[in-house]
Amino acid sequence: MERIPILRMGRFLLVTVQVDLQDEVVQALQDDLTAKIVRYGARGVLLDISALEMVDSFIGRMIGHLAAMSRILDAHTVVCGMQPAVAITLVELGLSLGFVRTALNVEKGMKLLNEAIANDDPHGLLDAEDDERPL
Amino acid sequence: MASHIPDILRKHNSAILTDWLAEQARSFSRDTRARDDTPALSARFLGELADATAKGNVDDVDGEDFREIRALLEDLSRQRGLAGISPRDTAMFVFSLKKPLFARLRQELSGDALVDEMWSATTLLDRLGLLTTEAFQRTREQIIERQQQDMLELSTPVVKLWRGILALPMIGTLDSGRTQIVMESLLQKIAETEADVAILDITGVPTVDTLVAQHLLKTVAAARLMGADCIISGVRPQIAQTMVHLAIDMGDVTTKASLADAFAHALKRQGLTVVRAVKS
Amino acid sequence: MNVLSDDSLEIRRDADVVACRQAVRARSVEQGFGLVDQTKIVTAASEIARNTLQYGGGGTVRIQKLADGSKQGLRLVFEDRGPGIADIARAMTDGFTTGSGLGKGLSGTKRLVNEFDLWSKPGEGTRITITRWK
Repeated sequence: MERIPILRMGRFLLVTVQVDLQDEVVQALQDDLTAKIVRYGARGVLLDISALEMVDSFIGRMIGHLAAMSRILDAHTVVCGMQPAVAITLVELGLSLGFVRTALNVEKGMKLLNEAIANDDPHGLLDAEDDERPL
Repeated sequence: MASHIPDILRKHNSAILTDWLAEQARSFSRDTRARDDTPALSARFLGELADATAKGNVDDVDGEDFREIRALLEDLSRQRGLAGISPRDTAMFVFSLKKPLFARLRQELSGDALVDEMWSATTLLDRLGLLTTEAFQRTREQIIERQQQDMLELSTPVVKLWRGILALPMIGTLDSGRTQIVMESLLQKIAETEADVAILDITGVPTVDTLVAQHLLKTVAAARLMGADCIISGVRPQIAQTMVHLAIDMGDVTTKASLADAFAHALKRQGLTVVRAVKS
Repeated sequence: MNVLSDDSLEIRRDADVVACRQAVRARSVEQGFGLVDQTKIVTAASEIARNTLQYGGGGTVRIQKLADGSKQGLRLVFEDRGPGIADIARAMTDGFTTGSGLGKGLSGTKRLVNEFDLWSKPGEGTRITITRWK
């Protein structure tokens, strides 16, 4: 089974979805991501879906679940790079994903996360880089 | 019984061709006469016609054996259609073959055979002539369709106002086909330029009904999914009134009365301010 | 109206839903669909293929390329021999779901296509036909 790679970028985790999503891949991603958020004390998750050619309600639900799980573990989620055709189709389908933040690309997503974190924690108290918790 | 037409066509090929070209010259209008591809096309047509009638059933122009000749006529019809030549002249290309062909039939045949072959030949040429008209019609439809598409694209220019700020001034009535194209070109441009803000200006839109409002809201929602903000500007007083009367809920969409206001809002959102230059 | 091609695929496993999407994408490209039209029909196919698998216990999809004059289209027929849908009107309401989707399944899918036809009989199965024109 293919696994979706999760890269650590400082305080954030970058998830780049490139494979066609199936149930078991999604289940593995939820396991991996929640584990890594806790392990690295990640403050934000960038979900790069620029390679996705389609988002149906199943994938929409997965995105919502990932964001909700991350939120419980105190990490913000930004969905990056949704293709125009995908966005049009999702709106027509009736999904607005109102509960997740979006950005045009990973770079802008990172900026958004930095702003969100600055709001949460203006004095950088939670920013200890050595705060890695082994599993 | 096999038809005599292919044999007669082959035997008298050059005589028929000469007569036919003379006949064409008489029946065509000036523009068509001036075309220098006519002799070559006519010779090719006669050859193909002899082949097709030798192989296939004279009554079956839709069949496989007439494929080459149908392709030739469709091609001719399309080219002449594009060159602005009337469908009458294009059909006459086929119909004008009747006289020279009938003359040869009369020369070679008599009695029942002549009557039968005349009937076959006239039916055949009528059908082939109609084919050119049908092909002409199809070409026309394609041209119209393409022009409509061009017009739609021309009427929705997405312009860059500032780094990261796009505007789409919409003019004219918005139906769902047009809105779809507007929406697609705006979102495509947002993706290409990575613009953070897009202004949909509806100053030039005469009326906003429930359907149009829905389309606008969908565009805003799709832009938001991509990570861009949309502002709707140019909302005229009567449109604001209609929207309230129709109970259209614009939700949390930012609306502004003028494009200038929307632009100022977009600059502010980007952390930019406009200041008056101090005169020294 | 002419049917230019007619393929049939099985929907038995999760991976078949992916195969169905890919087949629909390929056929829609062959029909000259623009990117948005492609995405809409592929998304619609994905929604219904998942329904066929989840609620119908698996089934088949037929993919037909259509031509009608200058128009080109794609028709998908999903069939299963599952329990069927007891209350079709309710199944077509926005927000209705018995499964794990967001409740946009059928009514949302209807908005992605030009023609939508749902036949179902409790105990016999369900057939959903969707068509999108270029």
